[in-house]
Amino acid sequence: MNMQAGIKLTAAEAALVDTYNEQLGDLPGDGATLIARDTLLSDLKKSGLPTRRVEAWHYTDLKALLRAVPAFVHGASAERVDPIVPGSAVLSIVNGKAHARVMQEGITVRSYGEALLDGSAAAGLVARDGDDVIGRINGSFVRDGLSIDFADGFAAEAPIEIQSVQNCGQVNTRFPVTFGTGAKATVIERHLAVGGEAALVTSITEVRLADDTDVTWIIFQSEGEADTHLGQFKAELGANAKLRLYVINGGGKLVRQEIHVGVVGEGADLRLRGINLLGGESHTDVTFTVGHDVPHTTSTEVIRNVVLDRARGVFQGQIRVAQDAQKTDAKMSCNTLLLSDEAEFSAKPELEIFADDVQCGHGATVIDIDHTQLFYLMARGIPENRARAMLVNGFVAEIVEELEDETLVEALEGVISDWLEKHA
Amino acid sequence: MLEIKNLHARIAEDGTEIIRGLNLTVRDGEVAAIMGPNGSGKSTLSYILSGREDYEVTEGDILYNGESILELDPAERAAKGIFLAFQYPVEIPGVATMQFLKVAMNEQRKARGEDELSTPDFMRRVKEAAAGLQISPEMLRRPLNVGFSGGEKKRAEILQMALLEPKLCVLDETDSGLDIDALKIVADGVNALRSPDRSVVVITHYQRLLDYIVPDTVHVLYKGQVIKSGDKTLAHELEANGYADIIGAAA
Repeated sequence: MNMQAGIKLTAAEAALVDTYNEQLGDLPGDGATLIARDTLLSDLKKSGLPTRRVEAWHYTDLKALLRAVPAFVHGASAERVDPIVPGSAVLSIVNGKAHARVMQEGITVRSYGEALLDGSAAAGLVARDGDDVIGRINGSFVRDGLSIDFADGFAAEAPIEIQSVQNCGQVNTRFPVTFGTGAKATVIERHLAVGGEAALVTSITEVRLADDTDVTWIIFQSEGEADTHLGQFKAELGANAKLRLYVINGGGKLVRQEIHVGVVGEGADLRLRGINLLGGESHTDVTFTVGHDVPHTTSTEVIRNVVLDRARGVFQGQIRVAQDAQKTDAKMSCNTLLLSDEAEFSAKPELEIFADDVQCGHGATVIDIDHTQLFYLMARGIPENRARAMLVNGFVAEIVEELEDETLVEALEGVISDWLEKHA
Repeated sequence: MLEIKNLHARIAEDGTEIIRGLNLTVRDGEVAAIMGPNGSGKSTLSYILSGREDYEVTEGDILYNGESILELDPAERAAKGIFLAFQYPVEIPGVATMQFLKVAMNEQRKARGEDELSTPDFMRRVKEAAAGLQISPEMLRRPLNVGFSGGEKKRAEILQMALLEPKLCVLDETDSGLDIDALKIVADGVNALRSPDRSVVVITHYQRLLDYIVPDTVHVLYKGQVIKSGDKTLAHELEANGYADIIGAAA
């Protein structure tokens, strides 16, 4: 849906262009970086923000939903918080400014801002495709982030928490991450607001899993009630690589989290688990694509949504199986607990299969509280409200319990029950 | 303890009348068996006693220690000491058994104005009660009733009963699906709870369970009414002759 020259920009589109021009002087980068940024912004200007007529954005009409863009705030500094899992090694990003530091042996952390400055990041500042608005906005504005490399055979007990905390303005970050052969790690990518004013956050994570890696990656987003969060997680899985990816949304006013996974090594396994806790007048979109490109790979996707008030949620899930990718086993399900008459959830599963010997399936359900279960809990003396809360909690906690690490399970269950206590 | 007077009740959704003028009195400490053929209203009676909202009482009353409980919801009834051991205990994925037990025990205590249990005290009580019912710690770590065998589910019901210390226990077909060993464990669990201030209503299709939980009174339910009451010999009579004679005599 190209926007013709001369067509009026929306307020948000105009603000993006203006804020780019204002910041141009101090966006980090050499000449190559600047050219890459300019290209992305001019593409953005040309096509504008996507409307519902762009298929990838059909349920999230960004042009209509993104009303304003807050100005970049120099020197803003939000308070860091304790990690979700006690004892985690924390890497913090405060209002978009990363603090690279020396970590334990086997992890190399470098400033992405420096990679922008010296031009080595410029080649990565490209959009995935013509609909990649997140890539364009983030690539134009990105100031900092962290490159993290896990050495071959790395193994750690405690999780690494990448904590991106903000309280206003614009936050545009990138996280290129690699896991060496046989590495095993748990990473929590956390985006949160601590009070403050409306913010626009964009963040792109690019993860490469070498052969035989075993990675648990948890994205936990709890931005503020007025915030826009545009996230993108891209991963490539080598042979026998295992990625357990949990995406938990529990905040933000307008949220789009994209997940794009390429399963390129035989024997690789992706487990995506999504939990959307939606309340107020928020709009949250999780858009997922996985490409099975080689034979003998598996993926399962389970999305659980709890929707309250006048919140709206979207899950788009696309499984692509290439012609050579025989014996692919892929299953996707999306279950929604709608707890208000005005709440809404749209699910769009999509299978594109070019191989003939595969097992692929999908299912979507919308349910209410199970009355038999409610009666059972109440018959044991648990008052109705508490019993309902336990069932709602159980509906999402069920998929958290698949994780083997008990400390992690407990921490995530705590996050979920806190949210439900506050909102439900 | 329990006095059911001329109770009429129907299924809320379609208005089908199931209980049609039922009268029953259960004294303190009494074990009363309710027997009857399929479709006589046995399970419905257990649900109505515990307050399931799928049923509507249209006439009559249920007095528990002299007070009507019809206006109370299931949680309020439970807090007052009424316990239903389900014929089909419900599986609840995502709710941990231990967490459920703790919440249930503490909510009942709260409703009665008692202090919450400390975690060590709670753990000790569960451990003791579970051991007697041959319930393994591994079973307690699972989500509530999920993946439990039929026998495990019934034992878990009796465990809950032991921990919640109700005054009126209603056992709905607790013997169904149990082999003889499991039946003995469950019956021992129930017998251990017999006391002068606790009454038990045993709903069952077969006399078999009553060899292990010996009742003080036996009541035959048919078409939503108690058509005959007697002592434990009535159960043997039913076992020998079936329901036809009694139903014929009542009709």
